[in-house]
Amino acid sequence: MSPGTFWLAVAGGMLVTFGTRVSFFILPHQDRLPPLFRRGLRFVPPAVLGALLASMLADPIAELGLVGAWPRLAAAGLAAAAGWRTKNTWVTIGLGMAALWLLQALTG
Amino acid sequence: MEENTSPLSPRREFLDGVRDELPLLLGVIPFGLIFGALALEAGVSPMGAQGLSLFVFAGSAQFVSLNLISTNAPAAVMVFTIFIVNLRHALYSASLSPHVQHLPTRWKMLLAYLLTDEAFAIAQRRYLRSGLEQAHWYTLGTGVALWTSWQASTLVGVLFGARIPESWSLEFALPLTFMAMLLPSLVDRPSWAAAISGGALALALRSLPYNLGLVLGAMIGVAVAVLAEKDR
Repeated sequence: MSPGTFWLAVAGGMLVTFGTRVSFFILPHQDRLPPLFRRGLRFVPPAVLGALLASMLADPIAELGLVGAWPRLAAAGLAAAAGWRTKNTWVTIGLGMAALWLLQALTG
Repeated sequence: MEENTSPLSPRREFLDGVRDELPLLLGVIPFGLIFGALALEAGVSPMGAQGLSLFVFAGSAQFVSLNLISTNAPAAVMVFTIFIVNLRHALYSASLSPHVQHLPTRWKMLLAYLLTDEAFAIAQRRYLRSGLEQAHWYTLGTGVALWTSWQASTLVGVLFGARIPESWSLEFALPLTFMAMLLPSLVDRPSWAAAISGGALALALRSLPYNLGLVLGAMIGVAVAVLAEKDR
């Protein structure tokens, strides 16, 4: 990617991001939004985060194969279980990293 | 939860916002470091890496951008992907909008620029309590705390990222953070449907160029959830 293309994309990325964040702060008639749009908005975080998480977990499989990636998948599974029980960010991230390090140390 | 009967001072609100944001910075700072380091690996200049953090200022979109940059995607694809990945911020904007309507435009602009996942997560809790006259200072505090740590950690990552040993597998903290943000959003069956169908489609459509599978998967995931909600 050339520097020109890169900075163009950065400028565009800034506009769409800021535009999204400021949208409802400055929108005058929010009651006129299509109801379907308002209902869908609530599901954007789980859909986007689910898609991002799935592809991030698939990346090491594509890179290392199922055998090479299993410590990450096992650590992710443990983190998900602990995170679901505790709903605690620190527990999810900390336990996931600790589990990965342990599994990597055990499997050399 | 503590009940505030009299409004707090702007200074007190701001400092409370900063303090309450601190635990989340533990999850944010490693990403800033990793982002700075990975950006250079993807062929972005040091200025470009800091520019993404300053101007786009959205962690997950920045990481997805790196992927697109290294595959030489057109600028329009990168902008569209950033738009879709950040569309969830419209939800945060809608959620906070009743509380900022009385503020001058420059406040709205500033709070919008600082409106990230992690700042919103903390700020929205403030509005569940009373004494909201100066609560925008609290929201500003959460945003400033996050902004400062994101810019500083990007800079440190750019300067020293190449020296973090690969054996630490620090990049694995990224999916874990997305997981930590995803879990609290799974509040009912439709939201589960959104996450599962979004994730499954993102995997099924992985072969599409420029990470378009991610965007399409997320969009269809939202549609599935809306339909699932309707059916009940």
